[in-house]
Amino acid sequence: MLAFIIRRVGQSILVLLIVGLVAFSMFRFIGDPIDNMLGQERTMEDVERLRAQLGLDQPFPVQYFRFLEGAVQGNFGVSYRQGRPVAEIILERAPATLELALVSGIFAVVLGIALGVFTAIRRQGIGANVIMAASLIGVSLPTFLIGILLIYLFSVELGWLPSFGRGQTVMIGENWSTGFLTESGLKALILPAITLGLYQMTLIMRLVRSEMLEVLRQDYIRFARARGLKDRAVYFRHALKNTMVPVVTVIGLQIGSIIAFAIITETVFQWPGVGLLFINAIQFVDIPVMAAYLMLISVMFVGINLIVDILYVFIDPRLRVDRAGAH
Amino acid sequence: MTGPVLSIRDLSVEIPTRAGVVKPVDGVSYDIGRGEILGVVGESGAGKSMAGNAVIGLLNPPAHISAGEIWLEGARIDPLQGEAMRRLRGKEIGMVFQDPLTSLNPLLKIGDQLTETILTHLPVSREEAERRAIAALDEVGIPGAAQRIDSYPHEFSGGMRQRVVIALALCAEPSLIIADEPTTALDVSVQAQIIALLRRLCRDRGTAVMLITHDMGVIAEAADRVAVMYAGRLAELGPVREVLTRPQHPYTDGLMASTPLASQARNRLHQIPGSMPRLTDLPDGCAFHPRCPLVQAQCRQNPHPNIGKGRAACWFPLIERAAE
Amino acid sequence: MAELRVETVERAVEKGNWQRFRESDFFYSFKRSPVAIVSFAVVCILVLSAVFAPLIAPTNPFDPASLNLMNGFTPPMEPNAFTGESFFMGTDDQGRDVFSTILYGMRISLFVGAAAVLFAMTLGIVLGLVSGYFGGWTETIIMRIADVQLTFPSILVAMLIFGIAKGFTPVEYRDQMAIWVLILAIGLSDWVQFARVVRGATLVEKRKEYVAAARLIGRSPWAIMVKHILPNALSPVLVIATISLALAIIAEATLSFLGVGAPPTQPSLGTLIRIGQGFLFSGEWWILFFPACTLLALALSVNLLGDWLRDALNPRLR
Repeated sequence: MLAFIIRRVGQSILVLLIVGLVAFSMFRFIGDPIDNMLGQERTMEDVERLRAQLGLDQPFPVQYFRFLEGAVQGNFGVSYRQGRPVAEIILERAPATLELALVSGIFAVVLGIALGVFTAIRRQGIGANVIMAASLIGVSLPTFLIGILLIYLFSVELGWLPSFGRGQTVMIGENWSTGFLTESGLKALILPAITLGLYQMTLIMRLVRSEMLEVLRQDYIRFARARGLKDRAVYFRHALKNTMVPVVTVIGLQIGSIIAFAIITETVFQWPGVGLLFINAIQFVDIPVMAAYLMLISVMFVGINLIVDILYVFIDPRLRVDRAGAH
Repeated sequence: MTGPVLSIRDLSVEIPTRAGVVKPVDGVSYDIGRGEILGVVGESGAGKSMAGNAVIGLLNPPAHISAGEIWLEGARIDPLQGEAMRRLRGKEIGMVFQDPLTSLNPLLKIGDQLTETILTHLPVSREEAERRAIAALDEVGIPGAAQRIDSYPHEFSGGMRQRVVIALALCAEPSLIIADEPTTALDVSVQAQIIALLRRLCRDRGTAVMLITHDMGVIAEAADRVAVMYAGRLAELGPVREVLTRPQHPYTDGLMASTPLASQARNRLHQIPGSMPRLTDLPDGCAFHPRCPLVQAQCRQNPHPNIGKGRAACWFPLIERAAE
Repeated sequence: MAELRVETVERAVEKGNWQRFRESDFFYSFKRSPVAIVSFAVVCILVLSAVFAPLIAPTNPFDPASLNLMNGFTPPMEPNAFTGESFFMGTDDQGRDVFSTILYGMRISLFVGAAAVLFAMTLGIVLGLVSGYFGGWTETIIMRIADVQLTFPSILVAMLIFGIAKGFTPVEYRDQMAIWVLILAIGLSDWVQFARVVRGATLVEKRKEYVAAARLIGRSPWAIMVKHILPNALSPVLVIATISLALAIIAEATLSFLGVGAPPTQPSLGTLIRIGQGFLFSGEWWILFFPACTLLALALSVNLLGDWLRDALNPRLR
């Protein structure tokens, strides 16, 4: 068990080092950082001073190491476009993205599991079949079209909900601006959260359904019924727990996807989060912001993968023995 | 109560399929008394498991009981539906499946699986349920039951797991246990232990056991009486000694001759020619007639006979032929 | 000997290909599936109208001479208040005929999608064959990269590659090169599936005796891979290619919608939707609605066709 965790952590660190290399290479080789940071009016002294200051006169491995050192301390350089430290910009924007991702994640997981179980148990029912057909269309719809559709319905036609922005936000502490505490903030959250969560929701629902149907065919479910256990116990105690083993992996990976897909939703709704920042960075080739976003999202993805793998071992007691036994 | 624990009368099970209605169980009748082990034997597809599933109310739709009656402890249970049937399962009828590897939920401790069964059926406290769970494990011969209660199924060997399954089947003290191929997936050495365990429980508790198997050796070891099934119908029913030593149905005879245990005296194993017909195209007359070495004109025309003078559902049971 | 036999078989296959196709299970299952027929028809109509856009389109929306700003914001099927001209799907703010811009936009969407899939497929097949056939550290490196890439959603990978490639392109060429950069980005984000499938088939086939025989008579590894091993992987590759095409079209539309894809000078369907979104609140719904419907029809029908193809070619998965 411990050996397994250590090995997985090792792999994760290796992946992060490689991503770091990509990020660093972007930073180092796309355009000239000096050109980007100094305007047209500059002296040779300025250039030399900045070159030394940035460590660009050092050999490549040393520069890479320094870059990593900076990244670990949260120092990602200065945005070419805004002229402010990247870390500061990202910190300012992070709460918006995290709150949006949290709400749509909960929406996707809770509704996805509930509908998945429902459609599996009532496999022949009309309701289940309608939901399944709807989900097929949902999977083929591009996210941004769903967003536009929702805006058209609820903002343009009905006028119930705002179509862009976060509404009013309140500061919690020094760095966290939240939309959870005001009415307009909560209203503004609804459409983006549904847009972002809908695709993940259908995915989770379809997965839970097929896994559940598979589990319900197993002998131990028959045996549980043969022991006269109540339907509720059979479905939720025996079947759902076994269904969760593969589902947890996918849900974990979907959480990562939610943050990534937030880019699209944030653009549709002009949501002032990190994703919108990233898109603007690509449009204006703002390399430090792109590199920082890449690093951050990699840390998140790799971290989630690691947690999912470890969680797996805790859910399934068989793996605890097998994996420990292998070492 | 003195009557039989389980009484099946003219039971038929039907499955509507695209190729017409199939009858995997067709007019089967037998009783099982208190403390008795009835062996139900036959090839796969003979309907022996289907009959067991019908008794416990776990037929997979669209399979359903189409005719006949099932009586348990003097009460008719075949019309019971849903909740009423569920209360019966585990409480009055316990079931043991073939593969102990797959019949235990891998993610739940065996103690939890035992207590949930006990708490579902008996009005006892959680502490009492746990005490009974340990007692049940102890009874089926699991060493250190009090400690093993927190183990997961994968921490047991195959034979031990089957003991756990049996403990689960009888922890709510049912009067009937249906054991569907309980030894098939086990090593030969472990098979004997499980059979001995079933016999002991049967004797000590007076539980009736329906032992479904295709293995004549297991029948010879364990059963008091035996019911031989062929193509959904009962071929022969009688005390195990007599059926095994002096079979009256030609099918039973063939089956005995092809079983290594019983044919030790013979030089080589016998084979019954052909194979069991598919249920979608049963022959007219006696279902066994295309394969029967002693087939006569009547066998081809008249529907299968009921068990008549002897023990066998045969127009010309071997007992008459021997007498001729 | 082995070669002789292979060629005889090939000749037998060539004989009456059309006849064999009409009698095949594949064609039979196509005839039996209304979904497949309808989506195939929709795909054909859309592809043909994209290819022949210059002939079908009433106007060339990128020819400034044919535009009349007075025609701006004409609703569909209504005559314009100033010029009296009428347009099937209306016009946008600059007086461009929406129907024509859709036809031209679809050209770009389809071209980018198809080229990206072709690129991903070629790359995936080569890397899959190489890693499966040679094994060793080549395989380790290729498959590790694939694993790491699979950890990230492909749209994110595509955005990143787009961003990096854009960074390398000199500013004055950026709009011109955008389409090619887009193809590169989407293609690179999508090769992994192809590589995995081809590698799997290669691992299975290379153990078989006919491969050993071909090796014994001295055929080069590349000839063995292309002539003997690859044909075994073709049907799953075809399925993945179709589904990838739908994903690539959506990916292109998404990137263009986000403003990091096709430039306004060469608008794809995604770019048109991006432009149309701006007019949603002012009531000119048609500028958004028709491109969106076209994209939906295109993506959905290719997707359904891919689903059907997967079932038809691989009955076990059903």
